[in-house]
Amino acid sequence: MKVLVPVKRVIDYNVKVRVRADGSGVDLANVKMSMNPFDEIAVEEAIRLKEQGTATEVVAVSIGVRQAQETLRTALAMGADRAILVIASEDVHQDIEPLAVAKILAGVVKEEAPGLVLCGKQAIDNDMNATGQMLAALLGWGQATFASELKVEGEQATVVREVDGGLQAIRVRMPAVVTVDLRMNEPRYASLPNIMKAKKKPLEEKTPADYGVDVTPRLSVVKTTEPASRKAGVMAKSVDELVDMIKGAGLV
Amino acid sequence: MATLLIGEVTDGQLGLDATAKAVTAAQALGEVHVLCAGASARGAAEQAAQIQGVAKVLVAEDPALGHRLAEPTAALIVQLAASYSHVVAPATTDAKNVLPRVAALLDVMVISDVTGVVDADTFERPIYAGNAIQTVKSSDPVKVATIRTAGFDAAALGNSAPIEAAPGASDPGLSQWIEDRTAHSGRPELTSAPVVVSGGRGIGSKDGFAIVEGLADKLGAAVGASRAAVDAGYAPNDWQVGQTGKVVAPNLYVALGISGAIQHLAGMKDSKFIVAINKDAEAPIFQVADFGLVADLFTAVPELTEKL
Repeated sequence: MKVLVPVKRVIDYNVKVRVRADGSGVDLANVKMSMNPFDEIAVEEAIRLKEQGTATEVVAVSIGVRQAQETLRTALAMGADRAILVIASEDVHQDIEPLAVAKILAGVVKEEAPGLVLCGKQAIDNDMNATGQMLAALLGWGQATFASELKVEGEQATVVREVDGGLQAIRVRMPAVVTVDLRMNEPRYASLPNIMKAKKKPLEEKTPADYGVDVTPRLSVVKTTEPASRKAGVMAKSVDELVDMIKGAGLV
Repeated sequence: MATLLIGEVTDGQLGLDATAKAVTAAQALGEVHVLCAGASARGAAEQAAQIQGVAKVLVAEDPALGHRLAEPTAALIVQLAASYSHVVAPATTDAKNVLPRVAALLDVMVISDVTGVVDADTFERPIYAGNAIQTVKSSDPVKVATIRTAGFDAAALGNSAPIEAAPGASDPGLSQWIEDRTAHSGRPELTSAPVVVSGGRGIGSKDGFAIVEGLADKLGAAVGASRAAVDAGYAPNDWQVGQTGKVVAPNLYVALGISGAIQHLAGMKDSKFIVAINKDAEAPIFQVADFGLVADLFTAVPELTEKL
């Protein structure tokens, strides 16, 4: 079984986000970029499936700017076998919407015919939480979102999902789209020899036109602003003082 | 055209708070119809019909809809969507599972986690874990959106909207429910509780959470946790408050041993009042707390529980 893992290049999760003064978005020029943390978990899970003998090949795919090839090299260094880069924009500030990404991925799926698409449940930049579900819809496949456990058993997979009430276990018919949540695994670090080896692994470049997809956004950004900030309050010196403050404010 | 609001139905029960808050948000868009779907959904529909501002309730009962599986639920909504300008739902894990699928089937974008409705096409939503708020305008013929309910007041009850049967679902049979593993604590539900007491990595162990639960029970509060505490196995995943967990806005939020990572703040900074106890005076949580105390949790929290 071939596993396709879509990965996104996003602002590193440790970087302080700055809203551009003109309100057009978040400043991404000269900022450290990394693989979306949820996608890293998906890559790790795909590699583990290969190590267990369940998967035969892991193909990483990224849709975005040319620089996303660094993200793909990271996936290759972790253990993916080859990569596909779909260059959909020249501008690092242009985010390709999940619907367009899902359409391109559907095109990739038609060419690659994977038995499973494993992706992160959301990207930490646009926080949409949509691409996996949209891809499953376009393919007419089943979906198992927010997964913390995945067991592939022949023609079906058992997935434990993190939901509001706790956990939900479902069985999904393969091929399927599984989106992963934080607690599925802890992604490995790529070793230096593997980083060197990754440079020689195949990375194919494509464009949205190759899949006949128009990436024009459906949502236009009117403005981007800083959130309302809270002010630091008062510090109590003792539990007694804190009790008085809480009671004084009528909170209990 | 009207708005179709997907009511939050779990095992035949309506998530009244989430649904009523979403009704408030949806009212800005025009007439609101609520869909209650499930293996049994009549009771949920009767409750939804009482929410002020609801013009009509549609009830779809079908065993295939029983466990909120994405494929049959999305198929049902898509079938109904043609007569609506908007399809919205409270941003629960169920809605986040289903609505992007609906949007793709309708060839439109989904607008996730809406925190503000500017007009029928224009919405505000947080991005970058709440570090920025983006206003987006949709050019799609149908707007499909999930509503982050924490910022909206629940619509009042006292209505009696008509209830109509919706067509059943066609189950494509792509997935099957096995089981729900839900713990029933007897405490209030996290996203609607007026008081929330949360523990973080500073709690140090699963057993240590007893002090968090002790204070919560004293205050009649729901219990929450930071991602660090959940990842460390101190608390179950459904307690997680934060950008990728639950977003809460109670009257009082008590943060115990929580440093205040951006990811966590995104899930609770709209709380009306925040109290933080942490042994680290430099913890960022103190920059958003109304009242703070630098102290050892294991002496301060039991003392606080006793004295409140």
